[in-house]
Amino acid sequence: MLTAKHKTGLVFFPAFDWAISPTHPEREERLLYTQDQIFEEGLFDIEGIVELKPDPVALKDIQRVHFCAPDIASVTTESHFISAGGAKTIGKAVLEGHVQRGFALVRPPGHHACRVVHGARGFCNINIEAIMIEYLRQAHGIDRVAIVDTDCHHGDGTQDIYWHDPNTLFISLHQDGRTLYPGSGFPFEFGGINAVGKTLNIPLPPNTSDEGFLYALKNIVLPILSEFKPEIIINSAGQDNHYTDPITNMNFSARGYAELTALLQPDIAVLEGGYSIEGALPYVNLAIVLAMAGLDFKRVKEPDYNPSAIQQAPAVTAAIEKTAEEVLTIWQQKDNLRDQLMAQENPGHRRRNIFYDTDGIHESQTEDIRICPDCPGTLRIDSTSDHGLHVLAVHIPRKACARCKAAGYEWYDAADTDHFDRIFLQDRPEDAYHEKGPGK
Amino acid sequence: MIIGLDVGGTHTDVVLLDAGGLRKDVKVLTDPSDLFHCVLSALEAISENLNPAKIQRIVLSTTLTTNAIVQNKIPPVAMIVSSGPGIDPEFYRTGPHYFTVAGCIDHRGREIEPINPAEIHDIASRLKKEGIHQIGVVGKFSVRNPTHEEQIGRILQPHFKKIFMGHRVSGNLNFARRIATTFLNAAVYPIHKKFYRAVQDSLAARGLHLPLRLLKADGGNMRFEASVDYPAQTILSGPAASAMGAVPFGRQQEDCLVLDIGGTTTDMAVLIDRVPVLNPVGIELTAYKTLIRSLETLSIGLGADSAVVVEDGKISIGPQRLGAAMAYGGTAPTPTDALFVLQNIAGGDRGKAIDGLKPLAQARGIELKQLATEIIEVTCRQMLSAAGRLIERMNSKPVYTLRELQEGYVVRPQSILLLGGPAPQFAPHLEAISGLPVQVLPKWEVANAIGAALARTTCDVIFFADTEQQMAEAPEENFSCRIDASFDCDAAVRQACELLRSKAIACGANSQHLEIEVAEAQQFNMVRGFYTIGRNIRVRVQVRPGVIHGYDDLIARLATSP
Repeated sequence: MLTAKHKTGLVFFPAFDWAISPTHPEREERLLYTQDQIFEEGLFDIEGIVELKPDPVALKDIQRVHFCAPDIASVTTESHFISAGGAKTIGKAVLEGHVQRGFALVRPPGHHACRVVHGARGFCNINIEAIMIEYLRQAHGIDRVAIVDTDCHHGDGTQDIYWHDPNTLFISLHQDGRTLYPGSGFPFEFGGINAVGKTLNIPLPPNTSDEGFLYALKNIVLPILSEFKPEIIINSAGQDNHYTDPITNMNFSARGYAELTALLQPDIAVLEGGYSIEGALPYVNLAIVLAMAGLDFKRVKEPDYNPSAIQQAPAVTAAIEKTAEEVLTIWQQKDNLRDQLMAQENPGHRRRNIFYDTDGIHESQTEDIRICPDCPGTLRIDSTSDHGLHVLAVHIPRKACARCKAAGYEWYDAADTDHFDRIFLQDRPEDAYHEKGPGK
Repeated sequence: MIIGLDVGGTHTDVVLLDAGGLRKDVKVLTDPSDLFHCVLSALEAISENLNPAKIQRIVLSTTLTTNAIVQNKIPPVAMIVSSGPGIDPEFYRTGPHYFTVAGCIDHRGREIEPINPAEIHDIASRLKKEGIHQIGVVGKFSVRNPTHEEQIGRILQPHFKKIFMGHRVSGNLNFARRIATTFLNAAVYPIHKKFYRAVQDSLAARGLHLPLRLLKADGGNMRFEASVDYPAQTILSGPAASAMGAVPFGRQQEDCLVLDIGGTTTDMAVLIDRVPVLNPVGIELTAYKTLIRSLETLSIGLGADSAVVVEDGKISIGPQRLGAAMAYGGTAPTPTDALFVLQNIAGGDRGKAIDGLKPLAQARGIELKQLATEIIEVTCRQMLSAAGRLIERMNSKPVYTLRELQEGYVVRPQSILLLGGPAPQFAPHLEAISGLPVQVLPKWEVANAIGAALARTTCDVIFFADTEQQMAEAPEENFSCRIDASFDCDAAVRQACELLRSKAIACGANSQHLEIEVAEAQQFNMVRGFYTIGRNIRVRVQVRPGVIHGYDDLIARLATSP
């Protein structure tokens, strides 16, 4: 009988009645053939693979992570609550010990959703991994978390949410931002002043094959993880690096994804992108589940798989080796880098423009963080969208010191409702959320 | 008049019904080593002095195929399996004659790799030499495209009398279960055919020229002639008979838990608004996980004659049965003996029951009646906790659309329907412990046989269409046709209903009173680039289990009879 080595939980929620628009890549059909493949392979009959039913998240779970402008209802649909709920269900099952590992095969995805949300960007509205992680931190008291994002697109939303968190290591492997949405994710983006080196970006050249991905994993990701010593490892398991994906330019295979999963050994994997719905997803998802469960995946392959046709060019290999050196240097030199940044003028301040491609919104942000020797520092974001909303968001981090807590409430209390449409306060130590605004 | 027969572990129950009521019921002891004699003597007893012309139908529920599988008394079966890439099909090996062969079909039914005819010819001659007669052919995704199974079948045709093909035993996806299901059908085919043919012949010799009907695990019946193509559907018809016995007395707009308390086991099922809940995937029997449609039932090794076990001062019941209750001459105390202590029951020897329980009571330092109450309470609690697991299983069934998740029906029984020999004795205890009203079925001792008698013919049709490939298929029905771009979900439902209609009638349904239900109808636009290239349509229609038309008066009469 086929028995999983590691008891593995699966939430499968294909949302067969939800789409961004009828011909959008994020449409009803996306996981149809994946469903057919995993049903036909009898995945849920394997001893030690358990299918779990997702519970939608509560408003509170979203408020722990996001500032939604003007409010949560305006920027989400029921499907986002279930998709995030799928991730949360898996996270709970792992931490409560019902399963050893888990995979949330859900849609829509979430890794482009930043802390402030004015709408949808990169098909994402709310960050399903971050909502899960903050829930687990609240309910199960975990602290050190590593997120390895293997989606082909830079996980800029997750990066934004954990930019200032020294207890969350975020590593993104993705197609070089000069050639793909969202155009970010360069090695020089390595975290905020209080969390230098806890964000790491590994851009890979177009046409990177299994060889390149596995090289980056073995030579960059795994050594850094073993130094960071996370309590749990989360994989944002986008599948759009596949050689058949219609909106990217990489050469990764189902077999490669399985090997990556087997090496990384994530406690929790969450589906992100992946839009080759017939040629890739059925095989990649099958391979990932088998790898997570510790089962043989060597017989899984795409019907048109031809390794020699997608062999990696030497120039690609050389570029990846160079990036590896650069990223490892950042990790090793993170204390020096912090000292250098501290010498600059106003190191806790940044200004950014964020584009919401899915909804066509432009947002301008000014962000200030307290540089605190005792804690990750309270954060203040002043955000304006070209749809006319102006919000102030104050985030008191989970491990805030007394002074930073007080500062957060001072910022919130002092903010003038004549000046902002909404003023928000996330008080993570108290797990509280406050908001005020005209008429509120 | 209708005859219904249900073979149980201890007794075989048989009833004779007509619109006026239950005319006769007979119980004979089951002899598992000679089921044929047992079925025949029960049928003879019930039809004694009866004009054969008056009998309109005979429905049998036996343990023939179930026992053959559980006791592994099945002939050697060869399986030819083509899988292509994926999980190693070696994991699904059914025995020594298991051959994995070339050929691959993908999830949309496209051929990826052809079969190798020479390989099949080789296997055929080998099997012939070894004297193997039963054979099954299964391909991965054969329900999306049965061509490979058919090609292999054609090569084997001249060498084997009967070939079971995966796409004909179920239209559902699940390669591993398709292998097991095909294997079991091929395995029980000769036993099944021989047994019922013999029953039919014996009845014919007595002037009863009726097509036999057999109860299936999904609580419906089918004609014996139709069953030879799906003999494994008769597996586990016993629990289905119990559930069907409760159907006429289930309450409308309510969830009811059905408990059939036997000597050795208790069978459980759930009715929602008088319809039994179906299992979403298929029967599991010993190590076999199948695609055989069935009711969602649970059988536990806990009956009125299960042994009372005391361990570390704690009482538990079952799963062993060490013979009859002491009140009936057995050697070990049972819940039946506890009932004898508590109540005056006709038939057995109360003194023996008391003698049996006394040492236990003394060892615990409690009154005899207190011990008896404790035993019955523990029995009821064990039953109810198992029922809780069954309901939990129903409620944790995953769904794949927002609509289903939002509307998600939660099963929560509001009453309990009880049948089986000791039903009236258990009823007050179950009611007190569960806090739910408990109703003992009329004719509780033979209600299962009444259930078999009144079950209608059930079946389902799974229909699949892909307008880009211009194909519509219902592989189980051996149906496929070309379609054009205008084919849509409504057309698919119409076509599927038509197929279901003819299938149901062929299986023995009453064409005047077919209740067809659309269980599933999904249509996906297939988009490549920015263009819709076709529609992918999935439809499932069914005749769900229920009571045959024309017996409302009988049911009303039974319900009010003392």
